[in-house]
Amino acid sequence: MKFLCVECDQQMAFGERTLPGDGTLAATFKCPKCGRVVAMLTNPMETQLVSSLGVEIGGRTVPSQPLETVRKMVATGRDDAFDEGNEPRGHAAGHPTWSADAQERLTRVPNFVRGMVKKIYADYAKERGITEITPAIMDTARAELGLEGM
Amino acid sequence: MRTYHQLTDPDRSGLLDQIGAQRKRVADRLAGVRRILAVMSGKGGVGKSYVTANLARALARGGSATGVLDADLNGPTMPGLLGVAGARLTANGAQVEPSTGTDGVRCMSMGHLIPDGAPLAFKGPSAESFVWRGAMEAAALREFLGDIAWGELDTLLLDLPPGMQRYIELCDILGKAPAVLTVTIPTPESRDAVRRAMRAAVDHGSDLLGIVENMVGGELKGSAGDDLAAEFGIPVVARIPWHPTPDTWNQLAAQL
Repeated sequence: MKFLCVECDQQMAFGERTLPGDGTLAATFKCPKCGRVVAMLTNPMETQLVSSLGVEIGGRTVPSQPLETVRKMVATGRDDAFDEGNEPRGHAAGHPTWSADAQERLTRVPNFVRGMVKKIYADYAKERGITEITPAIMDTARAELGLEGM
Repeated sequence: MRTYHQLTDPDRSGLLDQIGAQRKRVADRLAGVRRILAVMSGKGGVGKSYVTANLARALARGGSATGVLDADLNGPTMPGLLGVAGARLTANGAQVEPSTGTDGVRCMSMGHLIPDGAPLAFKGPSAESFVWRGAMEAAALREFLGDIAWGELDTLLLDLPPGMQRYIELCDILGKAPAVLTVTIPTPESRDAVRRAMRAAVDHGSDLLGIVENMVGGELKGSAGDDLAAEFGIPVVARIPWHPTPDTWNQLAAQL
């Protein structure tokens, strides 16, 4: 999908993707010549169609996770389906620690998807040299990476 | 006004590249699998899953590294048949370990992910769900193939649900048509339904390895196995009685 600024005859550049959390998606595109910004707004069904392909409009923001689509999209997932025992834990292993508040917030994520969400946040922090994950870091990561519902 | 192909800057979303990466992930994951064999039928209730599970166990007893992917996402039975109901899957970095069932058969099934008795339901708008549900199930099948640590396998059996949709999705995901083992029961009704599926498999380029005629020797009358074998020029590789023994399955495994 490409956007053309008809007046300038210029391909518009992708700006950002936003997932408001209501099943819709917003993506902005900017004309590099005149600076005009347009937003593409998809309805829940259009967003779902794209999600069901396991692809992301605007490109992937995080590496694909194992069983990602299943874990994100199955509504009836078993709470105890996954043993996350091999997930990296703790600062001692070279991975960021979790503040008490961040851990509490993580408990609100359904078990079925929690391990995957935890790994995404941990990878985000590790790549940026962040040693402790706090709710503020989670908010920043969520906004930067476009993690709906995480 | 210029059109899509006249705009030379790359498409930032790169959806085709993302789909290409998905295909590569599947191909890389299955690189250690010597043979992929789809167990299918055009008809429900003929015992595909039962045949698949027991064939897998016989292959494994014979020394072959064997896995089963339960592609019946809406009616998964393989965990129960392979003795791994309730097993937890281990997420291990970029992959998920399959369960290990009876006789060492590796198993992946939607039954590992949803509770007993619960339907497979997806998040998303319920209106028009028929539009996207098929794509969601295809994505699940792709992830079962590409994200499970199948490792080195001699045979990966794919237990397909009735009908042809999952088979066609499988062909698309694999990039080629898998070899097919067909299961029927003796009745003419089964023969007619299975024939359609076999014809579709041939049209897609699958090798038909043979026919398993299940539930033989009871009240079900007919000659579906022989009729289909003659029509498609392939053997009946097994006639499974109502009370098969391990030897029944060993003999089937030996022919494959």
